[in-house]
Amino acid sequence: MASGLISPTDTQITSKMIGKPVPAFTLAAAVPERPGLSSAALAQGKPRLLNVFASWCIPCIAEAPVLMELKRRGVVIEGVAIRDRPQDLQQFLKRNGNPYASIGADPQSSVQFALGSSGVPESFVVDGKGIIRHQHIGDIRPEHIPGILAAIEAAR
Amino acid sequence: MRGRSLPILLAMALAAPALADSMMPAAEYANTQLPDAAQEAEASALMHTLRCLVCQGQSIADSDAEMAGDMRALVRTRIAAGEKPEHIRAWLIERYGNWVSYAPPVEPVTWPLWAAPVALVGFGWLLARGRFRRRRG
Repeated sequence: MASGLISPTDTQITSKMIGKPVPAFTLAAAVPERPGLSSAALAQGKPRLLNVFASWCIPCIAEAPVLMELKRRGVVIEGVAIRDRPQDLQQFLKRNGNPYASIGADPQSSVQFALGSSGVPESFVVDGKGIIRHQHIGDIRPEHIPGILAAIEAAR
Repeated sequence: MRGRSLPILLAMALAAPALADSMMPAAEYANTQLPDAAQEAEASALMHTLRCLVCQGQSIADSDAEMAGDMRALVRTRIAAGEKPEHIRAWLIERYGNWVSYAPPVEPVTWPLWAAPVALVGFGWLLARGRFRRRRG
Protein backbone atom coordinates (compact mmCIF):
# COMPACT_ATOMS: atom_id res chain seq x y z
CA MET A 1 0.00 0.00 0.00
CA ALA A 2 2.84 2.39 0.91
CA SER A 3 4.44 1.93 -2.49
CA GLY A 4 1.07 2.63 -4.08
CA LEU A 5 0.87 5.87 -2.13
CA ILE A 6 4.39 6.90 -3.10
CA SER A 7 4.00 6.11 -6.79
CA PRO A 8 0.36 5.56 -7.70
CA THR A 9 -0.24 3.20 -10.57
CA ASP A 10 -1.17 4.70 -13.90
CA THR A 11 -4.93 4.56 -14.19
CA GLN A 12 -5.01 5.45 -17.88
CA ILE A 13 -6.29 2.65 -20.05
CA THR A 14 -4.61 2.71 -23.42
CA SER A 15 -6.43 1.22 -26.36
CA LYS A 16 -5.07 -2.06 -27.69
CA MET A 17 -6.39 -1.08 -31.13
CA ILE A 18 -3.31 0.91 -32.13
CA GLY A 19 -1.87 -0.64 -35.30
CA LYS A 20 -5.24 -2.20 -36.15
CA PRO A 21 -7.91 -1.00 -38.59
CA VAL A 22 -10.72 1.19 -37.30
CA PRO A 23 -13.60 -1.21 -36.51
CA ALA A 24 -16.47 -1.03 -39.00
CA PHE A 25 -19.19 1.42 -37.98
CA THR A 26 -21.73 3.85 -39.41
CA LEU A 27 -22.99 6.72 -37.30
CA ALA A 28 -25.82 9.10 -38.16
CA ALA A 29 -25.21 12.85 -38.22
CA ALA A 30 -25.14 14.29 -34.70
CA VAL A 31 -26.10 17.80 -35.91
CA PRO A 32 -27.77 18.88 -39.17
CA GLU A 33 -24.81 21.13 -40.13
CA ARG A 34 -22.35 18.25 -40.52
CA PRO A 35 -22.57 14.79 -42.12
CA GLY A 36 -22.42 11.64 -40.03
CA LEU A 37 -19.34 9.42 -39.89
CA SER A 38 -18.53 5.91 -41.04
CA SER A 39 -15.34 3.87 -40.76
CA ALA A 40 -15.14 3.81 -44.59
CA ALA A 41 -14.72 7.60 -44.60
CA LEU A 42 -11.60 7.17 -42.44
CA ALA A 43 -9.77 5.14 -45.12
CA GLN A 44 -9.67 7.56 -48.02
CA GLY A 45 -5.95 8.14 -48.42
CA LYS A 46 -5.46 11.02 -46.01
CA PRO A 47 -4.59 10.83 -42.30
CA ARG A 48 -7.25 12.18 -39.97
CA LEU A 49 -7.73 13.01 -36.33
CA LEU A 50 -10.68 11.13 -34.88
CA ASN A 51 -11.88 13.08 -31.83
CA VAL A 52 -14.17 11.39 -29.29
CA PHE A 53 -15.95 14.18 -27.40
CA ALA A 54 -19.23 15.38 -25.90
CA SER A 55 -20.96 18.68 -25.21
CA TRP A 56 -21.35 17.69 -21.53
CA CYS A 57 -17.61 17.04 -21.16
CA ILE A 58 -15.83 19.91 -19.43
CA PRO A 59 -12.23 19.23 -20.62
CA CYS A 60 -13.67 19.21 -24.17
CA ILE A 61 -14.33 22.95 -23.77
CA ALA A 62 -10.64 23.47 -22.96
CA GLU A 63 -9.66 21.32 -25.93
CA ALA A 64 -11.89 23.13 -28.46
CA PRO A 65 -9.56 26.09 -29.25
CA VAL A 66 -6.64 23.68 -29.68
CA LEU A 67 -8.66 21.64 -32.18
CA MET A 68 -9.47 24.88 -34.04
CA GLU A 69 -5.73 25.59 -34.21
CA LEU A 70 -5.03 22.06 -35.52
CA LYS A 71 -7.71 22.57 -38.17
CA ARG A 72 -6.10 25.88 -39.14
CA ARG A 73 -2.84 23.95 -39.62
CA GLY A 74 -4.53 21.59 -42.06
CA VAL A 75 -5.52 18.65 -39.86
CA VAL A 76 -8.80 17.01 -40.92
CA ILE A 77 -10.79 16.36 -37.73
CA GLU A 78 -13.70 13.92 -37.59
CA GLY A 79 -15.87 13.84 -34.47
CA VAL A 80 -17.70 11.14 -32.55
CA ALA A 81 -20.18 12.71 -30.11
CA ILE A 82 -20.84 10.47 -27.10
CA ARG A 83 -24.36 10.41 -25.60
CA ASP A 84 -25.22 13.81 -27.00
CA ARG A 85 -28.45 15.58 -27.91
CA PRO A 86 -28.43 17.70 -31.10
CA GLN A 87 -29.56 20.87 -29.30
CA ASP A 88 -26.79 20.58 -26.65
CA LEU A 89 -24.19 19.82 -29.28
CA GLN A 90 -25.25 22.77 -31.46
CA GLN A 91 -24.93 25.07 -28.49
CA PHE A 92 -21.50 23.64 -27.65
CA LEU A 93 -20.28 24.15 -31.24
CA LYS A 94 -21.69 27.68 -31.37
CA ARG A 95 -19.90 28.62 -28.19
CA ASN A 96 -16.59 26.80 -28.72
CA GLY A 97 -16.21 26.61 -32.51
CA ASN A 98 -16.70 23.73 -34.92
CA PRO A 99 -13.44 22.19 -36.17
CA TYR A 100 -15.16 19.00 -37.38
CA ALA A 101 -15.52 17.83 -40.98
CA SER A 102 -18.16 15.35 -39.81
CA ILE A 103 -19.75 14.41 -36.49
CA GLY A 104 -21.25 10.98 -35.88
CA ALA A 105 -23.72 10.48 -33.02
CA ASP A 106 -22.80 7.64 -30.66
CA PRO A 107 -25.78 7.60 -28.27
CA GLN A 108 -24.80 4.36 -26.48
CA SER A 109 -21.00 4.73 -26.60
CA SER A 110 -20.80 1.69 -28.87
CA VAL A 111 -18.18 3.13 -31.25
CA GLN A 112 -16.26 4.38 -28.23
CA PHE A 113 -16.08 0.79 -26.91
CA ALA A 114 -15.18 -0.56 -30.36
CA LEU A 115 -12.23 1.86 -30.45
CA GLY A 116 -11.03 0.85 -26.99
CA SER A 117 -11.62 4.37 -25.70
CA SER A 118 -12.54 4.82 -22.06
CA GLY A 119 -13.46 8.46 -21.71
CA VAL A 120 -13.96 11.88 -23.25
CA PRO A 121 -12.08 13.54 -24.75
CA GLU A 122 -9.85 11.08 -26.51
CA SER A 123 -8.31 11.35 -29.97
CA PHE A 124 -6.96 8.84 -32.45
CA VAL A 125 -4.69 9.48 -35.43
CA VAL A 126 -5.93 7.30 -38.29
CA ASP A 127 -3.80 6.88 -41.42
CA GLY A 128 -5.07 6.97 -45.03
CA LYS A 129 -5.72 3.23 -45.01
CA GLY A 130 -7.90 3.43 -41.93
CA ILE A 131 -5.29 2.03 -39.51
CA ILE A 132 -5.23 3.54 -36.00
CA ARG A 133 -1.71 4.94 -35.48
CA HIS A 134 -1.82 6.96 -32.28
CA GLN A 135 -4.03 7.55 -29.27
CA HIS A 136 -4.17 10.71 -27.17
CA ILE A 137 -6.00 10.30 -23.85
CA GLY A 138 -7.52 13.45 -22.34
CA ASP A 139 -7.75 16.93 -23.78
CA ILE A 140 -5.20 17.99 -26.37
CA ARG A 141 -3.46 21.06 -24.90
CA PRO A 142 -1.37 23.66 -26.75
CA GLU A 143 1.83 21.84 -25.71
CA HIS A 144 0.57 18.64 -27.41
CA ILE A 145 0.17 20.29 -30.85
CA PRO A 146 3.70 19.39 -32.11
CA GLY A 147 3.22 15.75 -31.03
CA ILE A 148 -0.17 15.49 -32.77
CA LEU A 149 1.17 17.13 -35.95
CA ALA A 150 4.14 14.71 -35.91
CA ALA A 151 1.79 11.73 -35.51
CA ILE A 152 -0.31 13.00 -38.45
CA GLU A 153 2.85 13.48 -40.51
CA ALA A 154 4.08 9.97 -39.61
CA ALA A 155 0.70 8.55 -40.70
CA ARG A 156 1.02 10.04 -44.21
CA MET B 1 -15.40 37.56 10.59
CA ARG B 2 -18.96 36.36 10.80
CA GLY B 3 -20.16 38.90 8.25
CA ARG B 4 -17.56 37.71 5.80
CA SER B 5 -18.10 33.97 6.19
CA LEU B 6 -21.87 34.13 5.67
CA PRO B 7 -21.77 34.90 1.92
CA ILE B 8 -19.16 32.18 1.48
CA LEU B 9 -21.33 29.66 3.32
CA LEU B 10 -24.32 30.74 1.23
CA ALA B 11 -22.33 30.34 -1.97
CA MET B 12 -21.21 26.87 -0.88
CA ALA B 13 -24.77 25.86 -0.09
CA LEU B 14 -26.12 27.14 -3.40
CA ALA B 15 -23.29 25.99 -5.68
CA ALA B 16 -24.33 23.29 -8.09
CA PRO B 17 -21.79 20.51 -8.59
CA ALA B 18 -20.22 20.36 -12.06
CA LEU B 19 -21.81 17.28 -13.55
CA ALA B 20 -19.76 15.08 -15.81
CA ASP B 21 -22.80 13.23 -17.06
CA SER B 22 -24.75 13.54 -20.27
CA MET B 23 -28.36 14.69 -20.60
CA MET B 24 -29.35 11.45 -22.34
CA PRO B 25 -31.41 8.81 -20.57
CA ALA B 26 -29.78 5.45 -19.83
CA ALA B 27 -29.66 2.92 -22.65
CA GLU B 28 -32.64 0.55 -22.77
CA TYR B 29 -30.75 -2.46 -21.47
CA ALA B 30 -28.57 -0.60 -18.99
CA ASN B 31 -31.01 -1.13 -16.14
CA THR B 32 -33.60 -3.50 -17.62
CA GLN B 33 -33.22 -7.26 -17.47
CA LEU B 34 -33.52 -9.38 -20.57
CA PRO B 35 -36.96 -11.03 -20.92
CA ASP B 36 -35.35 -14.49 -21.16
CA ALA B 37 -34.26 -15.51 -17.63
CA ALA B 38 -31.51 -17.85 -18.84
CA GLN B 39 -30.02 -15.14 -21.04
CA GLU B 40 -30.23 -12.60 -18.21
CA ALA B 41 -28.38 -15.05 -15.92
CA GLU B 42 -25.63 -15.40 -18.53
CA ALA B 43 -25.41 -11.62 -19.00
CA SER B 44 -25.40 -11.01 -15.25
CA ALA B 45 -22.60 -13.52 -14.65
CA LEU B 46 -20.52 -11.81 -17.33
CA MET B 47 -21.29 -8.29 -16.09
CA HIS B 48 -20.08 -9.20 -12.60
CA THR B 49 -16.66 -10.10 -14.02
CA LEU B 50 -16.16 -7.06 -16.26
CA ARG B 51 -14.43 -4.02 -14.85
CA CYS B 52 -15.98 -0.59 -15.14
CA LEU B 53 -13.67 1.64 -17.21
CA VAL B 54 -14.26 4.85 -15.29
CA CYS B 55 -14.76 3.51 -11.73
CA GLN B 56 -11.91 1.10 -11.70
CA GLY B 57 -12.64 -0.78 -8.47
CA GLN B 58 -16.14 -1.85 -9.50
CA SER B 59 -17.67 -4.30 -11.90
CA ILE B 60 -20.06 -2.92 -14.50
CA ALA B 61 -22.86 -4.77 -12.68
CA ASP B 62 -22.22 -2.71 -9.52
CA SER B 63 -21.49 0.69 -11.02
CA ASP B 64 -23.84 3.61 -11.49
CA ALA B 65 -21.54 5.30 -14.03
CA GLU B 66 -23.14 6.09 -17.36
CA MET B 67 -20.37 4.29 -19.19
CA ALA B 68 -20.97 1.15 -17.11
CA GLY B 69 -24.65 1.41 -18.08
CA ASP B 70 -23.69 1.52 -21.75
CA MET B 71 -21.43 -1.50 -21.22
CA ARG B 72 -24.30 -3.42 -19.60
CA ALA B 73 -26.46 -2.50 -22.59
CA LEU B 74 -23.73 -3.79 -24.90
CA VAL B 75 -23.46 -7.08 -22.98
CA ARG B 76 -27.26 -7.64 -22.82
CA THR B 77 -27.83 -6.70 -26.48
CA ARG B 78 -25.13 -9.12 -27.63
CA ILE B 79 -26.30 -11.96 -25.37
CA ALA B 80 -29.87 -11.41 -26.66
CA ALA B 81 -28.48 -11.68 -30.21
CA GLY B 82 -27.09 -15.11 -29.32
CA GLU B 83 -23.45 -14.23 -28.72
CA LYS B 84 -21.50 -16.35 -26.20
CA PRO B 85 -20.35 -14.54 -23.02
CA GLU B 86 -16.70 -15.57 -23.51
CA HIS B 87 -16.82 -14.12 -27.03
CA ILE B 88 -17.97 -10.76 -25.65
CA ARG B 89 -15.23 -10.88 -22.99
CA ALA B 90 -12.64 -11.61 -25.70
CA TRP B 91 -13.98 -8.69 -27.78
CA LEU B 92 -13.48 -6.31 -24.84
CA ILE B 93 -10.03 -7.74 -23.96
CA GLU B 94 -8.99 -7.18 -27.58
CA ARG B 95 -9.74 -3.48 -27.03
CA TYR B 96 -8.84 -2.78 -23.41
CA GLY B 97 -6.46 -5.62 -22.51
CA ASN B 98 -6.86 -8.22 -19.74
CA TRP B 99 -7.37 -5.34 -17.38
CA VAL B 100 -11.06 -5.11 -18.29
CA SER B 101 -11.77 -8.66 -17.11
CA TYR B 102 -11.87 -9.81 -13.48
CA ALA B 103 -11.25 -13.41 -14.59
CA PRO B 104 -7.48 -13.69 -15.03
CA PRO B 105 -6.43 -15.85 -18.00
CA VAL B 106 -3.87 -18.67 -17.68
CA GLU B 107 -0.82 -17.29 -19.48
CA PRO B 108 2.92 -16.85 -18.72
CA VAL B 109 2.42 -13.48 -16.98
CA THR B 110 -0.20 -14.86 -14.59
CA TRP B 111 1.37 -18.22 -13.74
CA PRO B 112 2.56 -17.08 -10.26
CA LEU B 113 -1.06 -16.21 -9.50
CA TRP B 114 -2.15 -19.78 -10.23
CA ALA B 115 0.95 -21.45 -8.80
CA ALA B 116 1.00 -19.46 -5.51
CA PRO B 117 -1.86 -21.36 -3.77
CA VAL B 118 -0.29 -24.73 -4.64
CA ALA B 119 3.13 -23.53 -3.45
CA LEU B 120 1.66 -22.12 -0.21
CA VAL B 121 -0.24 -25.34 0.59
CA GLY B 122 2.95 -27.33 -0.10
CA PHE B 123 4.96 -25.05 2.19
CA GLY B 124 2.33 -25.35 4.93
CA TRP B 125 2.36 -29.12 4.65
CA LEU B 126 6.15 -29.20 5.05
CA LEU B 127 5.93 -26.87 8.06
CA ALA B 128 3.20 -28.96 9.70
CA ARG B 129 5.09 -32.18 9.05
CA GLY B 130 8.20 -30.74 10.74
CA ARG B 131 6.21 -29.73 13.84
CA PHE B 132 4.40 -33.06 14.25
CA ARG B 133 7.66 -34.98 13.90
CA ARG B 134 9.29 -32.97 16.69
CA ARG B 135 6.35 -33.57 19.02
CA ARG B 136 6.51 -37.31 18.51
CA GLY B 137 10.24 -37.36 19.25
